[in-house]
Amino acid sequence: MSERFEAPLSRRAILAGGAGLVGTTLWPTIIGAAGEAPIGTWPDGTTGNTVTIGAAVPRTGTYAVQGEDELKGMQLAIEHINSGDPLIKKIAPKVTKGVLGKQVQLVVADSGAKPNDAVQEQQKFITDNKVIAMTGATSSAVAVALNHFAQRSKVLYLTAISGSNDTTGKDCVRYGFRQCFYGETAANAIGPVIVKNFGKNRKAAFMTPDYTYGHTVTKSVNDYLSQNAGWQQVTDQVSPLGTQDFSQYLTNIAHSGADFIINVNWGRDAVLSIQQAKQFGLIPKMQLVVPYQIPFLAKEVGPELTQGVLAATDFWWTLEDKFPLAKMFVNSFNAKYGYRPEWGAENGYMQFAIWARMVSEAGTFYPPDVIKQYEKGETFPSFVGDVHFRAADHQLVRPVIIVRGKKPSAMKNSEDYWEVLDIVPGEPLMQKPDAFGCSLGDYT
Amino acid sequence: MFNGLVLGALLALIASGLTIIYGTLGVLNLAHGAMFMLGGYAGWVAFHNTHNFIVAVIAGTLFGLIVGIVTERVIIRHFYSRPPEDQLLVTFGLGIVFVETVRFFFGSLSKTTTLPSELNGIINLGFMVYPAYRLLMVAIVAVALFVLYVVLYRTRIGMIVRAGIEDSAMVDALGIDVYKAFMLVFGVGAMAAGFAGIINAPIVSLSPDIGDAILVQTFVVIVIGGVGSFPGAILGGLIAGEIISVTSMFNPGYSYVMLFVAMTLVLVLRPYGLLGAAGRE
Repeated sequence: MSERFEAPLSRRAILAGGAGLVGTTLWPTIIGAAGEAPIGTWPDGTTGNTVTIGAAVPRTGTYAVQGEDELKGMQLAIEHINSGDPLIKKIAPKVTKGVLGKQVQLVVADSGAKPNDAVQEQQKFITDNKVIAMTGATSSAVAVALNHFAQRSKVLYLTAISGSNDTTGKDCVRYGFRQCFYGETAANAIGPVIVKNFGKNRKAAFMTPDYTYGHTVTKSVNDYLSQNAGWQQVTDQVSPLGTQDFSQYLTNIAHSGADFIINVNWGRDAVLSIQQAKQFGLIPKMQLVVPYQIPFLAKEVGPELTQGVLAATDFWWTLEDKFPLAKMFVNSFNAKYGYRPEWGAENGYMQFAIWARMVSEAGTFYPPDVIKQYEKGETFPSFVGDVHFRAADHQLVRPVIIVRGKKPSAMKNSEDYWEVLDIVPGEPLMQKPDAFGCSLGDYT
Repeated sequence: MFNGLVLGALLALIASGLTIIYGTLGVLNLAHGAMFMLGGYAGWVAFHNTHNFIVAVIAGTLFGLIVGIVTERVIIRHFYSRPPEDQLLVTFGLGIVFVETVRFFFGSLSKTTTLPSELNGIINLGFMVYPAYRLLMVAIVAVALFVLYVVLYRTRIGMIVRAGIEDSAMVDALGIDVYKAFMLVFGVGAMAAGFAGIINAPIVSLSPDIGDAILVQTFVVIVIGGVGSFPGAILGGLIAGEIISVTSMFNPGYSYVMLFVAMTLVLVLRPYGLLGAAGRE
């Protein structure tokens, strides 16, 4: 019987099996010695003198204004990275002129804030330009789509504006990183301020854009107010992205008996819904609250409508009085573009500055190593003080800025729309990384 | 229902311009949404400089007329005898050029036209409160549509234009300049869009791509009402306005779905639209 089994274990079988065994154990070592196995656009995208980042930002449609601001922030960051500007060196000290000796360039496409368009454009950038990182969102629906696309294609995705809980919650991925905060974080930061200013047991009407950002932010804010202060949601008016005429929703709110309008709409939707709420006489009869402030909101609707409005935001330019880096950023930006940056620009700039830091600290463009650098969770400076990434969900831990709209008469200059009420530390406000079922996925 | 009436009146006005151009010249003008936007911006510029809403309305309307006439003279004229797809492409391209030109000069930040305070009030209708201007807009649109109708269907110019479509050689032989009439029709159609653009501006602040969504809705309106039919555009506009508004009350996500469902139903049951003439191409 033993003979029978010995027979198949012939010399040939042993050799073949042995070779296989040797092969499987030695394979990573052999490849490792010569450099890791190619992954995504690596190393193809890093062989020349330049590396390219692909941006898909909305330049048309409901979020066009915010997309354009975001893009300007990115362009300024690229300029600073390539010239080794003092500001970028504060955040990424190892950046000289370019990253790891390579100049960085940006290719840009219009996403129209549509997930399909954004993914298609990025696919084109990966094929044609071998982009080593992708960015752009301004709609969480786009961010979630690009998250999954990044994980599939193994190319880093630096989320730009995106406030949904899903982005680094339910839909988190190993290859995606977010700099702005969760809707839930915003809700937990602004909730106490709302209660302190307006009291308990009030009636609120919500206005919600019909996609992941809107639904998650509305739920988070409503949960906070109802559980902690007995507020009642008397109506939730859900409108499609890109609505122009809000009259139906406003009529419903007018009949709801609400004292407050909590407007979660964003971009042009927010501008139009607030202006029309005024036309319907709802403002100032009801108090307006904006849980996630919109860049350019005050500029577009005018300070008459934003005065007294409470909002949570990522950045407001008067933070320059508190943070030296913010001052450098506002000055550089203002000198180049002729206006003070809003938080879209701050977001775009910081995402690129952080990326430059991580790559230069890791000393390689190899994506898994860059990701591990992010996951070290080192503390580094930003425009709003020291921040760090949370390894478990790739979410930046950063403060939330609470602002209140200034009266037109209190404005010190034409862009002095908001007064910074509070800078709330992010860490205690954040839900646990697994609260929304985050599972990051593989490195390779 | 009121909200639907206001939206419907606006859609009817824009659609009437589109349908006049198609019904008389046979050109499906895909730049119509952009012309609506241009009227709004021209009005805003006038308003910005004079702070007079009436001046703004006149400026927006006249600018629509001028853009229409110039476009017809320089471009559209060469496409009457070309296949319809050429017309679609050239008007679509024109729309993009208009939008991007405005974006270049004015940026994407929205522009607000504020109403004079006497129009800015809120009226208590007993069962609900409603912005006065929105009510006024229905009346303004009704008057504008009536004037358009009289000009095109009850005057000599209108007769010449309609005769020119049937047999331009014959009208030409009678010593009438058909092409001048065509130019005027295109101008009037664009003027209706421009007028709609500026009277709508105080409700919806302006952005360069404001005409995109409107164009799609307008096409649905004229398909429902009957392509090329002036009364059809009005009926279609009111129906579309009510569908969007009533659906929004229950499930906003489906408001456009319902609009297209209605359009499909109309196409199945009456392929030429509710008030369209059977046999029209």
